[in-house]
Amino acid sequence: MSAFMERLLELRDQKRYRDIIDAIPYARLMGVEFAEDETGGLLFSLPFDAKNVGNTVLPALHGGLIGGFLENAALIHLMWNRESLETPKIVDFSLDYLRSGRARTLYARCTITKQGKRVAHVLIEAWQDEPSRPVAVARAHFLLQTAA
Amino acid sequence: MSVNTPANREVFETLAAVFARLPHCKTLGFEYVGLDGVKPTLKVEWRPDLVGNPATGVVHGGVITSLVDTTSAIAVSARLAELETIATLDLRIDYLKAATPGRAIFCTAECYRLAGQVGFTRAVCYHDDANDPIAHGVATFMRESTPLPIWRDGGTK
Repeated sequence: MSAFMERLLELRDQKRYRDIIDAIPYARLMGVEFAEDETGGLLFSLPFDAKNVGNTVLPALHGGLIGGFLENAALIHLMWNRESLETPKIVDFSLDYLRSGRARTLYARCTITKQGKRVAHVLIEAWQDEPSRPVAVARAHFLLQTAA
Repeated sequence: MSVNTPANREVFETLAAVFARLPHCKTLGFEYVGLDGVKPTLKVEWRPDLVGNPATGVVHGGVITSLVDTTSAIAVSARLAELETIATLDLRIDYLKAATPGRAIFCTAECYRLAGQVGFTRAVCYHDDANDPIAHGVATFMRESTPLPIWRDGGTK
């Protein structure tokens, strides 16, 4: 339960995407953006920025940054789709790198595979040119409530 | 098998310098602390712009992911006989407990198996005691992921 979550749900209801990113310092630093698409699902994007590079020769995005972008997407996606005032807490995160992330915008979409009383399972996929050519796929478990 | 020195000190130092100074690592403020045998340690100071949950001030998990990825890549470098470019194949992080706001986070990693094509690593993140970890990470790295040498421009571009 927190004032932060109250504020976040308020921003959600007003669809103030930018303000939600601004409320999460790390997401703002990376340059994350998101919005609802025409289907009502959340589409996350990370416009290319030289400060996010992890291979200067290719050049390619840093693998850790891709992980952070996906983890952050999963967290926002989960908060967006719940009414709870508890901040979901990440338990574990697993990430497979399929292609290098090139010097252009990276996109991500999440699916809540299961939402139980205590734990949620979220799948995340990231791509650049087309969703059928993923740059990375990930999954995360979140705790949904503070232990009694 | 137990090895306690880098396979090639020059290779290690070259690649460690590149990985620790990549643009994304500079963005997050990573610092190379040192090498204990074949286990490198990196450090990131707490900063307000690295926070993931503004209600608590706890650093975002993405910072931990980058720290584990980078330190683990440097750990693989300690096992390489010659310069080669490596790339993370997969990574898993277990968040054991929340990091304490305001405190630096350290990460120590080890490449416990270097096979012909893949390097296997494990890492822990902690404040001051590796036996009291914040997070645990395992990763695999593809060797010779590209013929393009990642060390060529020193990663400083």
